Amino acid sequence: MANPSGNVLSVRELRTEFRGGRGNVRVLDDISFDVGRGRIVGLVGESGSGKSMTALSLMGLVPKPQGQVSAKSINLDGIELASISPDGLRQIRGRDMAMVFQEPMTSLNPVRKVWEQVGEPLRIHQGLGRRAIRDRVLEMFELVGIPEPKARLDAYPHQLSGGLRQRAMIAMGLICEPKLLIADEPTTALDVTTQAQILRLMQELRDRVGTSIIMITHDLGIIAEMCDEVNVMYAGQIVEQANVFDLFENPSHPYTRGLLASIPKSTESRIARRMPSIPGMVPNLARLPSGCRFRPRCTDAMAICQTREPAVTDLEKDHRARCWLHARQDAISQGEPL
Amino acid sequence: MSQSAAVTNDLPEVIEEASFLRDTMRGFRKNRMAMVGLVFVCLLVFLAIFAPIISPHDPYRVALDEQLLPASTTYWLGTDNFGRDVLTRILYGARISLVVGTVPSLISLLIGTFMGILSGYMGGKTDFVIMRLADTMIAFPSLLLAMVVMYTLGANLFNIFIALALVGWAGVARVVRSQTLALKEKEFIEAARANGTSRVRIMFSHIFPNVTPTLIVLFSLSIPEAIMWESSLSFLGVGVQPPEASWGLLVAKGKEYLFQAPLVAIMPGVAILMTVLAFNFIGDGLRDALDPSMKD
Amino acid sequence: MNEIVISARNLTKHYRVGGGTLAGQGKVVRAVDGVTLDIRERETFALVGESGCGKTTLGRIMLRLQEPSGGQISYRGQDITALDDAGMRALRKKLQIVFQDPYASLNPRMRIEDILAEPLRTHGYGSAEVIRDRCAELLDMVGLRHTYLRNYPHQFSGGQRQRIGIARALANKPDFVVCDESVSALDVSIQAQVLNLLSDLQDELKLTYFFITHDLSVVRQFADRVGVMFLGRLVEVGRTEDIFAGPLHPYTMLLISAVPRADPRQRTRERPLMTGEIPSPMNLPPGCRFHTRCPFAKDICRTHDPDLQDMGQGRAVACHFPLNS
Repeated sequence: MANPSGNVLSVRELRTEFRGGRGNVRVLDDISFDVGRGRIVGLVGESGSGKSMTALSLMGLVPKPQGQVSAKSINLDGIELASISPDGLRQIRGRDMAMVFQEPMTSLNPVRKVWEQVGEPLRIHQGLGRRAIRDRVLEMFELVGIPEPKARLDAYPHQLSGGLRQRAMIAMGLICEPKLLIADEPTTALDVTTQAQILRLMQELRDRVGTSIIMITHDLGIIAEMCDEVNVMYAGQIVEQANVFDLFENPSHPYTRGLLASIPKSTESRIARRMPSIPGMVPNLARLPSGCRFRPRCTDAMAICQTREPAVTDLEKDHRARCWLHARQDAISQGEPL
Repeated sequence: MSQSAAVTNDLPEVIEEASFLRDTMRGFRKNRMAMVGLVFVCLLVFLAIFAPIISPHDPYRVALDEQLLPASTTYWLGTDNFGRDVLTRILYGARISLVVGTVPSLISLLIGTFMGILSGYMGGKTDFVIMRLADTMIAFPSLLLAMVVMYTLGANLFNIFIALALVGWAGVARVVRSQTLALKEKEFIEAARANGTSRVRIMFSHIFPNVTPTLIVLFSLSIPEAIMWESSLSFLGVGVQPPEASWGLLVAKGKEYLFQAPLVAIMPGVAILMTVLAFNFIGDGLRDALDPSMKD
Repeated sequence: MNEIVISARNLTKHYRVGGGTLAGQGKVVRAVDGVTLDIRERETFALVGESGCGKTTLGRIMLRLQEPSGGQISYRGQDITALDDAGMRALRKKLQIVFQDPYASLNPRMRIEDILAEPLRTHGYGSAEVIRDRCAELLDMVGLRHTYLRNYPHQFSGGQRQRIGIARALANKPDFVVCDESVSALDVSIQAQVLNLLSDLQDELKLTYFFITHDLSVVRQFADRVGVMFLGRLVEVGRTEDIFAGPLHPYTMLLISAVPRADPRQRTRERPLMTGEIPSPMNLPPGCRFHTRCPFAKDICRTHDPDLQDMGQGRAVACHFPLNS
């Protein structure tokens, strides 16, 4: 957080809970991170880690009343979202902050023409007429590299390939020139070659238009490829936060290390077939283990990990981890939160 | 295997046995309207079974000096045109109406399920023949079809069963067929095929258990329908024959005295209405309880 | 060299889509279009390709879960395309499949016990008691507790269900197992666990795997040989190391280069990308199927469809101008 004014988004202590029949489940706990202007920030984790829930919480799309979002602060370029009204948030959604979803087929209405849907945010937020919207959509189609953009305007979603649909979704996300684009697994449903095209498109948009992007993915390859900063999530918390180079060269949290080790290395030739893997599985959020959430799967677990939840420790500039291994010695002995 | 051992270590020793029935019951109990419906139906079944003991009068005793009496302490709901106690007639009518509600539904469910699974899983010519047959049944105005059956075979309870089953199976078959088609594409069916499991076994032990939730709901919803059918047939004079009592018949006969003694026609009608509603609530409750996506 | 377990000769699978009586003939999709392939005992053969290339269909017709439109499949020298229903059912003991979706591949209304016992009962494995013991043994084998026999699939996580799916496939001690995207739906850390399990089981039970996947990094770690499929055809076959070290087909090269690397110092920004879209299998271009997207296409590629040619050392490629040669 070197330069607070340089941040498009600044989230502090975001918590999301779900009320259920058997008590409340906290699906997000103490989420704090920043997105710098023109930066691509990654949220990486396995299913159930809370990465998509973070996006939904930011967008105000958590289903109510079961879901309850609270935060000390969610600052989107000067606007405080933590205390905004639902109407205010509706104004911001699609205009200042937009989202691209995983499944480009189901997020488009099959019976409406593509241009009408892509231009929808313009109608809602800027009240433009059909002619103006159509022109603007055409510009966006050119920007996101849809071939023969004129001809595609009047297409229906099923007439486009998966890659083109995702390009259209990105065009829709960017059409109001939002300050922040949240991309939730935008390439998971696509083939590798198409994925590479979409990823490159997003990088180019960042370079040309200066869009700030939150990239949500389970794929560390995409993180390495795309992101400037990375937040590693596990069981509803950010367990490690670092610059992408630091993270890959000097992973500090045992979970990050385990994740990095278990990626099949496509650059090394196969020496032994046995892959390092993290034992066990992601805990049920309704029945979290005592102390550190990763402790049951951790090979470095100590006595303290059993009893107390680790606090966040600064390792070096902009690199922090939620792990007792790195906590200051005095903090461990005194048992004080950092 | 070292790796397998590593995995086993942090697995719980035993996972609590799940029971499909228990989960469903839990979901069902949460639904208040469905529980009200269930209590009502249980009460009704009890009253119907013990009608001879409970009912205050003889349902067939004719007392011409006590025709069309208004409600009183002796005759809680008054008497009909033959001086018979309306409450007693309704209680006895419940016996026939409930049997008519359940038996033909079961028969049409049985036939419909069999035909539907066969049609959906086998496909091709079998599918074509069964579905065209079902189309034909559905294309007939059902009431007309049932009346034709009743006229040809004669009006008695057994023939009502046949008539209603004949009308009902095609709808069930269609629903079951479409479910079977969806299930057929599932990987677990393909896995069974890959194991060399025979087609008959796949239909019975893989597809059938997966359509049972639908069947239970269809059953609970078809009971009120059958009661209505029986009422219509009896009302038109081709159903249950006097002096037997069924609710539909009671309404039909009572309507002639609607202005002198309104209770004679209205009360059996109320019984029909409440029973049909109760079964509908149960059906809705079951549908929600059986839908795994509705569970927490 | 090991004995050939499965041998496919000129397999094809054509579907007719659309076209009722009114719309005329409709179009033909060539999902699999002339695949010839030998798979040897105890090897892991990975079939790689993008969605719609026909890899799943090829896996299914090799087990005759779908009927091929043409060609022949032999299992240890026996032509299985000629077998009748009963003969094929008996042979299913030896030819098995592990599916992609751990949620859809187990019957939600059956207990684990019944799921595992079904193939055993079908092939007359033994008495009820023998079968129960075997089920418990199978669960142990895949790293689950045998106390779970009475549970239902929904009580398990995706990774655990996939283990159960593997146990079911291995119930009758098969010889040849098709793994259709068997780890694709799993999280990275669980994926590694399951891959390790598969490779342990291969050593222990002398299995041959036909591993269908779109994930090249898994292939590199796991497979002995690789076949790259594009629009119904094999375009390149070879040993895993050779293919990754020097792909001969331009499509293989682009496919490998498109995989994001988990190393921020090796970003793909400078690597070549495949441009545009893959043609539809309904509307194949003349000549080489890849020429519309190939950066190296020449005139002959637009008119002549290249055959899969043997390049020596177990390598084959279908390209008029193989790379690195």
